Amino acid sequence: MDLLRFITAGSVDDGKSTLIGRLLYDTDSIKVDQLETIQKQSKNKSEGEIDLALFTDGLRAEREQGITIDVAYKYFSTTKRKFIIADAPGHIQYTRNMVTGASNSDLIIILIDARQGVVEQTRRHTIIASLLQIPHVVVTINKMDMVDYSEEVYNSIVADYFKMAEMLHIKDVTFIPISALKGDNIVNTAGNTPWYQGETLLQHLETINIVKYINFSESRFPVQFVIRPQSDDLHDYRGYAGKVLSGTYKKGDVVTILPDGIESVIEAVEIHGKEVEEAFAPQSAVIRLKDDIDINRGDVIVTKNSQPKVSQDLEATLCWMDNKPLTAGNKYLLQVQSRRVRCVVKEINYKLDVNTLEKHENISQASLNDVVHVTIKTASPIVYDNYNALRANGGAILIDETAHTTVAGCMLI
Amino acid sequence: MPQYKLDYLDLLEAESIHIMREVAGQFDRPALLFSGGKDSITLVQLALKAFKPGKIPFPLVHIDTGHNFPEALEYRDRVAAQTGAKLIVRKVEDTIRARGLKEPIGKFASRNALQSYTLLDTIEEFGFDACIGGARRDEEKARAKERIFSVRDEFGQWDPKKQRPELWNLYNGMIAKGENVRVFPISNWVELDVWNYIKREGIELPSIYFTHEREVIVHQEHLVALSPFIRLDEDDVILKKNVRYRTVGDMTCTAAVESTASSIDDIIAEINKTNISERGETRIDDQVSEAAMEDRKKNGYF
Ligand SMILES: Nc1nc2c(ncn2[C@@H]2O[C@H](COP(=O)(O)OP(=O)(O)O)[C@@H](O)[C@H]2O)c(=O)[nH]1
Repeated sequence: MDLLRFITAGSVDDGKSTLIGRLLYDTDSIKVDQLETIQKQSKNKSEGEIDLALFTDGLRAEREQGITIDVAYKYFSTTKRKFIIADAPGHIQYTRNMVTGASNSDLIIILIDARQGVVEQTRRHTIIASLLQIPHVVVTINKMDMVDYSEEVYNSIVADYFKMAEMLHIKDVTFIPISALKGDNIVNTAGNTPWYQGETLLQHLETINIVKYINFSESRFPVQFVIRPQSDDLHDYRGYAGKVLSGTYKKGDVVTILPDGIESVIEAVEIHGKEVEEAFAPQSAVIRLKDDIDINRGDVIVTKNSQPKVSQDLEATLCWMDNKPLTAGNKYLLQVQSRRVRCVVKEINYKLDVNTLEKHENISQASLNDVVHVTIKTASPIVYDNYNALRANGGAILIDETAHTTVAGCMLI
Repeated sequence: MPQYKLDYLDLLEAESIHIMREVAGQFDRPALLFSGGKDSITLVQLALKAFKPGKIPFPLVHIDTGHNFPEALEYRDRVAAQTGAKLIVRKVEDTIRARGLKEPIGKFASRNALQSYTLLDTIEEFGFDACIGGARRDEEKARAKERIFSVRDEFGQWDPKKQRPELWNLYNGMIAKGENVRVFPISNWVELDVWNYIKREGIELPSIYFTHEREVIVHQEHLVALSPFIRLDEDDVILKKNVRYRTVGDMTCTAAVESTASSIDDIIAEINKTNISERGETRIDDQVSEAAMEDRKKNGYF
């Protein structure tokens, strides 16, 4: 049994809440007392019928009040997998919420209303999925019951989407015709779509290969904490605690400590105090080195065969997440893994229209939810990768120096 | 190529350990809130693993309401001693006296809400800048949208509208003086994950998690242990039942479940079968209002 994180995206009323409710309900993930609460609230339904959308009610209520909401997480599991759903609703803050939820997801479910087909929102969700490099895209064509489960309708939507996906260089897409309300092709095959031979949504979620997308060849290990017991028996022990973001580490590996570029050899790799043959992504581990060098939190240990970028001048695509706008020349803190440095956003090169991918140049400011391409200069070198090449070490956040809020999510280039 | 595959518990554990180390790396004076309950026991295990062969680099803190199960307190002291970490206990009783707070009244007069005062005083006393807690997002709605690093102002208040976006595995623990961060390393675990982990790791638990005979009264379908902290009324019937606890809180607001489960395997089997959520089955105080939790959190509750 392993773990899959996914995010759901759809325009308002496409049936996102109903779909999540359906997944939870049909996998018996909803407890009786929770069900009773929902039943009480499902007033305008006939006896026995429940409004599945109400499972995400907490957020729904807020949405109706026009309050800014962000990602809520839901959990369920089957015998094959544990699932974490990032539910990112809201239209006003949509980009910000979706970017946040997408940043951790292995898969995105994009909902399309069968009656409406591919709309502007679909395009936008797909663009964000591609910006954030979510490895798998599942397009569920919902409300099939309202188009008489028509194969033609389904096929034409698939064709439309394909055209768009191709332009956006999205590769791994799966299409599933569903009815969230009736439950077709979500957990059960209800028999209303005999022309559809593919998997149900749950089968797909249970079986897609997640490990395939972990990079096991380029090793990145940011040091989070230095373990120095300084006890009698471990007097000289010095272990570097961190998480293997990508790649593998084993005894004898020749490594470089960045940004300084010092070389050393791995003396031992430990997990939970025990020496192991090898540590691999995404394990948390401790690395000990042969040489006695001064390594601190924020340093990155990499193996010799593949080097990340080490630079003070970088470019990034960022999603602005603060009410106070970004103006070229503003100073922030840039955090890449365990390293935090001061920086200045020197240039806003262009703004990306997330509905059309059009680039708007001559931009002086970026406001909440804008996606912009920027040039950044940092006070000292940072160690990073191109986000599109190595997602695990290409993400960064900008922090407001005085308010301490997280103001942007950056995909480094 | 070797098989680079991890079990879901390994993945959850790796994420939680990463969070523990971020706390140790980002803060000057963190603390781990330890009650002797299964979630905080899991936190202690994760902290031990995160810093091996070193010791846990922060103290364990218990806010003692005075209404605890004696078994949990005994367990707390023993485990704290085993870890070698410093244990700090602060009592709600003392806060009530020092601040002239009003003791709650009623049948199940719970000091649950008063805990917040003691916690805030303790944070101030030791200058804690981060407090690690065992809350999980599956517990209820207000938790589902809380961050792993959750910033609290000087009054310990949580403002859901001012939460920082949390992207990838990057945690922003920057705060101003007086503020602190509540950190929830097992946010992404559900109840069963915790039980399965306890089983896998062979973690010892306080005895009240397993079946035992206890005198209880029945209140709105909940079994409440007989204790000096609840008020008995004339129509209360005292029964002897075989029960266990699914969660360990105060004797006044935690209900027992009828059970014959005497091992972790039995417990897991029972949870798989029962159809009631942990909170619904065991928390008496939450029944009061749907928004109870959210309100308490805004006022400094964990
Ligand atoms: N007929 C039909 N109605 C649906 C389906 N899925 C959702 N709905 C209805 O569409 C409306 C909006 O659904 P909801 O889940 O709240 O949408 P959200 O805004 O995307 O979360 C509700 O009235 C649902 O009952 C479906 O597959 N078929």
